Amino acid sequence: METLRELVAAEDVLLFVNAAITATGQREFHTGAREQQLSLDFLHAYMLGNYRDLYAAALALDINDHNAALIIHGLLASGGDATAGQRRSEGQLIARRLAVLPPQRVYRLFRALRKAGVNNRRTRAVIRDWIAARPDLAFDAVKYRGGLKDALRHAHLQPAADELGTFLFSGRLPARFATPILETWRRAHYEQAAVYELPYTVAEGFAARRGVARADFLERIAPRLTRLEQLRLQESGRSEGADSVRAALGRMPLTRLATYVLALPPSDRVARRAELTSALRTAARRAAGAQQGSWGRVAAVLDDSYSASGSGQKRRRPLAVALACHYLLQALAAEYTPLWTSGSDDALLSRPFGATPLGRRIIDALDIAPDRILIVSDGWDNAPPGLAAEVLRIWRTRLDPDRRTSIVHLNPVYDAEDFDVRRLSPTVPTAGVRDAEDLPALVELAAFADGRTGLPELTRHLEARTAQFTGRPT
Amino acid sequence: MSAPDPIGKEPTGLDLTGLTAGPSQVWGGVRLVPLLRAEPVTDLRLHQQVYGDVPGVVELGPRDHYLSYIPHGFVADWTGDGSPVAAYGTQLATDRPNGMPLHFHRRMARREGRNRLRFLPLHLALEGYLALHFGGPSVVWEQWSQQAVRRGLSPRVEEAFCGAAVQGLADALRVFEIHPSQCGVLLYVADTLTAAFAVPHPADYRALHPSLVQDLYGELVHHGATLMMPLPDFRARISDSEVHSLADLRAAAGREEREWTGFHDATMADGLLDAACTWQRIHRMGRFTLSRFLPPFRPKQESHIGEAITDQAGRVVYLKTFRLSEAQVRRGHLLDRLAAHDWHLADTAAELAITEAQLGLRLESSGFGFLLRQDILDGYRERSGRRGVS
Repeated sequence: METLRELVAAEDVLLFVNAAITATGQREFHTGAREQQLSLDFLHAYMLGNYRDLYAAALALDINDHNAALIIHGLLASGGDATAGQRRSEGQLIARRLAVLPPQRVYRLFRALRKAGVNNRRTRAVIRDWIAARPDLAFDAVKYRGGLKDALRHAHLQPAADELGTFLFSGRLPARFATPILETWRRAHYEQAAVYELPYTVAEGFAARRGVARADFLERIAPRLTRLEQLRLQESGRSEGADSVRAALGRMPLTRLATYVLALPPSDRVARRAELTSALRTAARRAAGAQQGSWGRVAAVLDDSYSASGSGQKRRRPLAVALACHYLLQALAAEYTPLWTSGSDDALLSRPFGATPLGRRIIDALDIAPDRILIVSDGWDNAPPGLAAEVLRIWRTRLDPDRRTSIVHLNPVYDAEDFDVRRLSPTVPTAGVRDAEDLPALVELAAFADGRTGLPELTRHLEARTAQFTGRPT
Repeated sequence: MSAPDPIGKEPTGLDLTGLTAGPSQVWGGVRLVPLLRAEPVTDLRLHQQVYGDVPGVVELGPRDHYLSYIPHGFVADWTGDGSPVAAYGTQLATDRPNGMPLHFHRRMARREGRNRLRFLPLHLALEGYLALHFGGPSVVWEQWSQQAVRRGLSPRVEEAFCGAAVQGLADALRVFEIHPSQCGVLLYVADTLTAAFAVPHPADYRALHPSLVQDLYGELVHHGATLMMPLPDFRARISDSEVHSLADLRAAAGREEREWTGFHDATMADGLLDAACTWQRIHRMGRFTLSRFLPPFRPKQESHIGEAITDQAGRVVYLKTFRLSEAQVRRGHLLDRLAAHDWHLADTAAELAITEAQLGLRLESSGFGFLLRQDILDGYRERSGRRGVS
């Protein structure tokens, strides 16, 4: 039964991709962190054992950094099972993915490899190549001191510059470093002004040791903050009285910006409505790029029920994704109708509250007769339960069998029990979503989940993505 | 224990007019059915008074005390003229009372101000059950022991479980999505109704929803939550043949919701709604009345004790119930029957169609053995034992 085997394989791969996009091993609204991690670990082990090629190819997709690190860990730890050809293509994918991962994630991955005792030749080569490609290793040595130290130790590497070895491994500090940032770090032990020339995370430690008031510290470190640090510290800085911590909201990524907006109290959102709306619109237009205005008539069913509040570890994440999708669809569509489950019509002031009457909202959306309907929800349809599935089934089978309206369900929450994102109905494709910016690509991927395309098409799609990702001709 | 407060006895059911059952939400073995109120009651508001995790002593009368775990009390504010009142914590006025009695409670329902009443939720209802025929035999027949004659049923003890100890209940309450107009909830464990809770205003409900995890629950909840498999949802079903257009689909969806409400009221909650209860009035507050009710105590039937605040038309504004376990129902039934026959053992046994000895042993197995004289009880044991051998 080759076809059945292929069908199962295609399903498994899509299921894994959905999980790898949404799951982060953190607590969600309905399940705890432990269950999430167990479920995800099983899925990784299953994929690695059964579909090694496709598992590696997932690195080329827009999966989240947590899963990318887990995949690389899994591949490096089981190199013995792979053929030479597999190892070569895996090596390219790993190198490319490590280059786009944030450095703190990579150092954490290297530490995990060290802790798990994975120290084969390939792993050492991967670490060596990645460290060799770092633009400023001295900066890394200061900012990620422990991470770099462990990585060098684990891969048996000699730091390129002599001073780095002294800085990382010698117990005694020399009288003077020739490398400017190392020298600044040395001076910061004695001289307060030098503290503010260091990266924020390092300077914070020095400031705490000196007992510098938080407001003064933020005021002076402001120019050294990275883009996301600015966004993260803006509100706490303001409450401390450090007004120079200013994030240029127009430059922020869309979903981050939505999270920031939702963290503001409603009165602030009302007072800064013009500023926030224009920032969200700018970010959305940037994310939409060339596709702006090309999607025709679009209706979106957006979930702002209580379960969209996420958890203590992922505060309001599902709602932030829905809000970001709202602005992105506004940019993509020629004519756009948002339908929030709570019935609210002010997206900026949305808050997670109430039950989830998805079924009724989907009927409202169908009433508009749009070209596309997007549903952004965690899939817990409970008022009444199962109505959304019935509405979608009857719409697909009886009212619109020719599929004039395309319907896609995007789900930001990984359901640990089902090893997948929660589906609304088998007649409508469901895709996991992490950042709203990936929405166009996800809608494309969701076409595979429709059940009309098989494993060959899926493999071809993954190969094309891999080639695009690693920059190798097909 | 004190004698019950002035009694206005009229056996009637609960009048839940104005409260509609919404779609249920399931988590594991726990099903929560929201009660929605189209028009909230604004001239009576409830809020919570937290007492903490120490046992509380309640003074019922000059010499009667009652010891129990009391995590919180409710405070009711009302206006006499029907104008809206703000709940404690939401009001802007500055004359908040400071210093309410903590841990040492004077009476279960106590007036705190002209328009304010503090009461201990569920304890009112439980006291009604515990104090049932608490005085003991009304006629001193020879079978009753000295203790029964002198001290009645004292000390009377019943056990209940704290909601936090019930497996899965805390999670079910945490992930429950409160409807915007929700004023109450019916709690089903293993699909048997175990508790009902209703308040006047949605804002009160949102504030008091987490207090459900601190409440008392009967044995049944604990059993059901520990032993039951996860429940299925009552999923909506729309038949293909009846839908020809989007308007049909919308109509079918509406019908589906109404059918659920009807099914719920008629089938799932009938044990609570249809029972003819005995009411005792506890306190009058303007157009509202705080009272408690006792079920008719029929063995093998669902029995809820509870307390309610009703308005002048008898509609329920506040409600809290406690599901009695089968053993508790049997105890209530036995006491009720005995009292109906002036505590005459032979007459009662005749009504229950058993022998006097069997009734005596039944009393003993229900935990009331101390009411009978030891020699009489031994005699009963011997008689039934001999019959068992022959």
